[in-house]
Amino acid sequence: MFFWIVQRDLLLAVRRRSDVLTTLFFFVIVVSLFPLSVGPEMNMLRTMAPGVVWVAALLASMLSLGRLFSNDYLDGTLEQMLLSPQSLSFLVLGKALAHWLVTGVPLVLMAPVLGIQYDLPADALFVLTISLLLGTPVLSLIGAIGAALTLGLRGGGVLVSLLVLPLYIPVLIFGAGAVEANMAGLGYDAHLSLLGAFLLVSLVFSPWATAASLRVSME
Amino acid sequence: MLQGRDLTCVRGDRRLFKGVSFTVEAGGLMQVNGPNGSGKTSLLRMLCGLSNPAMGEITWNGEAIKSLAGAYHSELTYIGHLSGTKDDLTALENLRIASALSGIQITEKQASDALAHMGLEGREALPAKVLSQGQRRRVALARLLVSKTKLWILDEPLAALDVMAVKLIQGLLDQHLTNGGMVVLTTHQDINITAASTIQLQLA
Repeated sequence: MFFWIVQRDLLLAVRRRSDVLTTLFFFVIVVSLFPLSVGPEMNMLRTMAPGVVWVAALLASMLSLGRLFSNDYLDGTLEQMLLSPQSLSFLVLGKALAHWLVTGVPLVLMAPVLGIQYDLPADALFVLTISLLLGTPVLSLIGAIGAALTLGLRGGGVLVSLLVLPLYIPVLIFGAGAVEANMAGLGYDAHLSLLGAFLLVSLVFSPWATAASLRVSME
Repeated sequence: MLQGRDLTCVRGDRRLFKGVSFTVEAGGLMQVNGPNGSGKTSLLRMLCGLSNPAMGEITWNGEAIKSLAGAYHSELTYIGHLSGTKDDLTALENLRIASALSGIQITEKQASDALAHMGLEGREALPAKVLSQGQRRRVALARLLVSKTKLWILDEPLAALDVMAVKLIQGLLDQHLTNGGMVVLTTHQDINITAASTIQLQLA
């Protein structure tokens, strides 16, 4: 059942490629704007790189949250999910996984290429990619709670950013922090361990909280 | 056995109905009647457990549906106003995924047989967005052919269907009731179904 949901969402993403590409291009363009506007000041670019890439990743991931449940809500599939014998948290986990595969993974793959614009050294690019790999699933999982809470509301898109962005802050701090620590010659293990811990905690709590919010939104 | 006791539905500060009680036995049909806005869909959603009654209790074989949750849902097929068909998926994919979601995994062969039975032969591979309203409805109702559930809750199943399709669905309901299934439905059309027991529930 879990795989049916993942497979279905991936199939839908393939059929509507524009949705996926907008998120990715948004990320690429936002990250590329900074070197163009700041100018070729290498030291400054290197300092701001982790923060810029991470903030762009947060915004890009949030951009696609509105679609996470709203299409299923509008065509009645969500009602059927609530009525499935399978537990709703499990289905939600499947949807979050599909969301990450479609929006998170392309960002992770694109980040090292974009990092070159900021003259990041190779090992910093590596740490940046690893931190995004651990952090972006957390964004999808936390975002799912916000998307479920604002389902069917007018102006839900703005509300979802107000709800979700503050919750993204710890991920941002430790994600960008890992790269900064690496460039400062310090160890980055602690940052990555904390990101891993965030991932585990959100894996356990987010599907449950999202399922509860969906039930409330559907009443 | 599906039982409702003293159900009250409140939407905002309006009370749609109160004190609705009924018992649907095996092989029984309940038709919910009433003008637009009288709470038919709200009642059906309550029976599915999608929303809670303001007062009263719904039981399935003597146990509250709230406490049964997944066990109740595995005996229930609900087809609402919104049919849950995805525009970007083909009729075949829609049917297979909808069945899988309700806990019945069917093969491609079974799915295309069911669609052919619903008069959609040759259109299985078309995306749902190019199908007409009635054809989309048929795709949604094809789920009934492959479902093994006892209780069917159908909200306006005959809307947008042509005469042939209405006959087909009536036959399907007849067969389900003869096999000891239960049907709760709303419709504004005259239907002609023989059931072991028929309840006409009138909402004001």
